[in-house]
This record gives sequence, C-alpha cells and structure tokens, in this order.
Amino acid sequence: MALNLILLALLLVAGIWTVLTTRLVRSVVGLALVSAVVSILIFRLNSPLAAAFELSVCAGLISVIFVTTISFTQRLTPERLEERRKERLGKYWYLPVILIIAGILLIAFKPILDFPLPRVPSEQDTRNIIWHMRHVDLLGQILVILAGVFGVVILFKEPKK
Amino acid sequence: MNLAYTQTFWYFYIAIMLLFVMGAYYIIASFNLIRVLIGLELLIKAVTLLSILTGYLTHNEGLAQALVITLIVIEVVIMVVAGGIVVSIYRNNKTLDTRKLKELKG
Repeated sequence: MALNLILLALLLVAGIWTVLTTRLVRSVVGLALVSAVVSILIFRLNSPLAAAFELSVCAGLISVIFVTTISFTQRLTPERLEERRKERLGKYWYLPVILIIAGILLIAFKPILDFPLPRVPSEQDTRNIIWHMRHVDLLGQILVILAGVFGVVILFKEPKK
Repeated sequence: MNLAYTQTFWYFYIAIMLLFVMGAYYIIASFNLIRVLIGLELLIKAVTLLSILTGYLTHNEGLAQALVITLIVIEVVIMVVAGGIVVSIYRNNKTLDTRKLKELKG
C-alpha cells in the first residue's frame, strides 16, 4: 500500500507539473512521466502486458508525436513567453485549489467509494482473449490504423500547383 | 453472486478522479490546440488506470488488458491524426490559439 501511495502521489505531482508548466516541451515530458508512473501502477495491478504497451507506446511513441508536432510550430519570443507565463498564472491558480477541495471532499465521503463489483472470473490469458474471444476488436483496430494512415497521408499531401 | 468491494483501493479511485479533473480543467482552461491534446491524454490515462483497477478487483485482468491494449492503439491513431490536423491548422493560420481560429470554412 505504501509504495502504491507514493506512486499515486508521484502521478498527481507529474500531472500538476504537466498542466502548470509554461513550455510545451516540458509539458510533454511531464505527460511521459505520467505514462511511466501509470505503467508501473498497471504492472503492480497484475497486468504486465498492458504495462509494457503503456510504457512503450504512450510514454515513448506519443511523446515523439507531440515533440514532432511542436517542432513544426514556431518558438515563442522571450517577451511573449513572459507575457504567456503571467497569463497562465492568472488562469491556472484555481487548479491546485480545485484539486485540494476535490481531494478533501472525496476523502470525507469515502464510503461512496465502496461499491460492489460483480466478480465473474473469466479467461485469464490476454493473448487468448485478443485472438479468440475479441477478434472483432482486432478487425476494428486494423481499420482504425488504416484510417489513421490515410488521414495522415491526406493531411500531409502537398497541394498540386 | 460473488462481489468484489472497492473499499481497500479507495486511494486509487481518489487519485484517478483527481487526474481526470486535471485533464478536464486543462482542456477547458487552455486555448492552445496542443495543450488540449495533452489534456485529452491525461483523461485517457485516468480511464486506462480505472479499467485495469476494475479488472484487478474483479479478477478479470486478461479482459481488462485486452481492452486497454485496444484503447492504446486507438489513442495513438487519434494522437497521430490530431497532430496532423494541428500542423495543418498551423500552416494555414500561423497560430494554434483557438480564440483566433474564427475563420474556418463551412
């Protein structure tokens, strides 16, 4: 429990840093840290395959996608950055207050977090579930990937002169 | 029916809810399109952790992992396409500020 609490605290700190930091690249690094902590928590919850996916794809690939997207946009000038920092301070100071109030309320009403879930043990092998029980999901995933590839090809197509 | 109670993992639920609040606030308060995507990512992280926790509590880790893997694949495709759209918007308008994107076609 103690390690889980430390990891959850780290998750929230990384999340707050992601939201509050001024520079976009630092925000992406914060998001990667959130993903890494989530993958450790998933591993501790007895789901190693999902943890490996989360770490490699979400902490790795998605960070690369964000950094690539940011590199296509223009860097802010120091004056504009300072202006943005002040603007953000006015906009985001509510967040820690909201989080503290929400946390206190949730701890105060802790009994509502005790709800029953039906425990119906089923097949445990993830590969078996993916390949034999939920193969329609696989088909959907392939279609979504193809749609994504076509979408990117169309978006990055150079207009004919 | 055999039931699983969530009481022993209440601190997980609180952290997940706070992460969700953070993501939602980021989407609402931010005017930069890339920041909106990062907020969406935070929301997806909260949902991923909730799915895995529910699978763990109900002894259905296999099914939860299968669903999370599907979720991650869809998440990546969404981020790639959304990133492409953001770059395209930047090329056409030279800004990512949603307040300045008022002259869209259609």
